[in-house]
Amino acid sequence: MYPAPFEYYRAETAQEATELLSKHVGAKILAGGHSLVPAMKYRVAAPSALVDIGRLNLNYITAAEGVLKIGALSTHATVASSDVVKHNCAIIAQGAAGIGDQMVRNRGTIGGSLAHSDPQADYPTLVTCVGATIKTSSGKSYNADTFFKDMLTTALEENDIITEITMPVYGSGTGGFYYKIPHPASGYAVAGAAALVTVEAGICKRVSLVVGGATVNPVRAVEAEAYLVGKAPTSENIKAAAAMVAQVIKNPMGDGYASGAYRTHLAGVASERTLVEAVHRAA
Amino acid sequence: MGQWVSITVNGKNYTREVEPRTLLASFLREDLGLTGTNIGCDSSQCGACTIHMDGMAVKSCTVLAVQAHGTVITTIEGMAVNGKLHPVQQAFWDQHGLQCGFCTPGMIMSISYMLAQHPNASELEIRHQLEGNICRCTGYQNIVKAAMQARDELHHEHHQHMQEQH
Ligand SMILES: Cc1cc2nc3c(=O)[nH]c(=O)nc-3n(C[C@H](O)[C@H](O)[C@H](O)COP(=O)(O)OP(=O)(O)OC[C@H]3O[C@@H](n4cnc5c(N)ncnc54)[C@H](O)[C@@H]3O)c2cc1C
Ligand code: FES
Ligand code: FES
Repeated sequence: MYPAPFEYYRAETAQEATELLSKHVGAKILAGGHSLVPAMKYRVAAPSALVDIGRLNLNYITAAEGVLKIGALSTHATVASSDVVKHNCAIIAQGAAGIGDQMVRNRGTIGGSLAHSDPQADYPTLVTCVGATIKTSSGKSYNADTFFKDMLTTALEENDIITEITMPVYGSGTGGFYYKIPHPASGYAVAGAAALVTVEAGICKRVSLVVGGATVNPVRAVEAEAYLVGKAPTSENIKAAAAMVAQVIKNPMGDGYASGAYRTHLAGVASERTLVEAVHRAA
Repeated sequence: MGQWVSITVNGKNYTREVEPRTLLASFLREDLGLTGTNIGCDSSQCGACTIHMDGMAVKSCTVLAVQAHGTVITTIEGMAVNGKLHPVQQAFWDQHGLQCGFCTPGMIMSISYMLAQHPNASELEIRHQLEGNICRCTGYQNIVKAAMQARDELHHEHHQHMQEQH
């Protein structure tokens, strides 16, 4: 199936990309193309022009002074296999390894996934859980917690380009895990839960629990987090916390594969499993 | 409006003018006549169109030909060397890893990439890594057997090569 006709421009620098985008009204940014090209094939999207940023110098991963920096064009495969990510923010590598399939991971990028803000995507849930910051070519910074605004909608201004995602590193004493119940054909999350838990002297000191897939944007399970802090991470406490997750899921999305009620249920299941594993990894 | 692309496919350089909306899979099939790369779906899910682009397995139905400008591509037609099948192709033959054969080129490109990345892949890992390739006929058993045969054969070739060097 062919996309509708469009003009194509290849940018070599972020500045050139910005110029091309402002010159060609209706142009869209093209990164890995693994959300945009399928949408264009279905003609759900029919931009008049594409500005290909695939060759910009935004494919890097570094960690220094407690901050992990991932260039926006890093592919899911690069992030999943990066020792720097595994050492400094392991949950991100583990989550990236479960996106789609090996071919999708070789093309799709972290910046593209965040900009696209698909309700069933994995990265929005992951970056919200770790408290990431999303940086753009115009110099703006967004906290992940307030970046995702609606279905396929973010706080990004028109023609602004995501350049870098930064996140605090975590070390021993903190464990992270992402548990997803994938759609059997696409791999997208029917429901997914990301948890970071810091355990000190047998007590949960800090808990971050974010669920995605059930709602248009990831949501933080605030009651569950508050319940666990100050308690021992026993299986009863984790079960009780996971039972509170449903409270934050407002207007769950349903489709022919999984109803809203079922996705809400699965968000609780995924939360319980991911908390157990995160606690295990904190040890 | 046309756009010039220069792409190396199976060792040969091609420079062609394409419409920007041309999918790489269509470019390979229709412009270059390399019809071994199949198109099995509209949803980027089946993997029948898998090729290697700069050494990475990708779905050529979800890459624009213009995005592939300057890259080096291998398709199923480039896998056999001097008439000798690639170990993954030979393994599909030996293990009867196909029925209608439509998914086979994509399976072979996917498995050869996977084994380069994970030379010691277990049966479970092979099954997991194959999730982007769909087969409507075989039930996957013989495809997985073929992948395991190819894994062992590639190991064997690697050891022979090392011995010859000593
Ligand atoms: C078969 C299949 C299975 C998949 N399974 C999963 C899955 O299990 N989980 C999952 O999370 N995802 C999945 N995906 C989606 C995949 O991860 C996409 O690659 C990703 O969502 C988009 O990244 P991209 O680089 O391909 O972006 P593109 O498709 O190039 O762009 C997507 C959107 O973001 C914009 N954009 C891209 N980059 C930037 C930037 N740097 N700054 C500003 N805007 C930008 C584009 O204009 C476009 O609107 C799947 C995709 C396919 C085809
Ligand atoms: S034709 Fe490319 S994934 Fe199906
Ligand atoms: S052999 Fe027919 S689709 Fe796989």
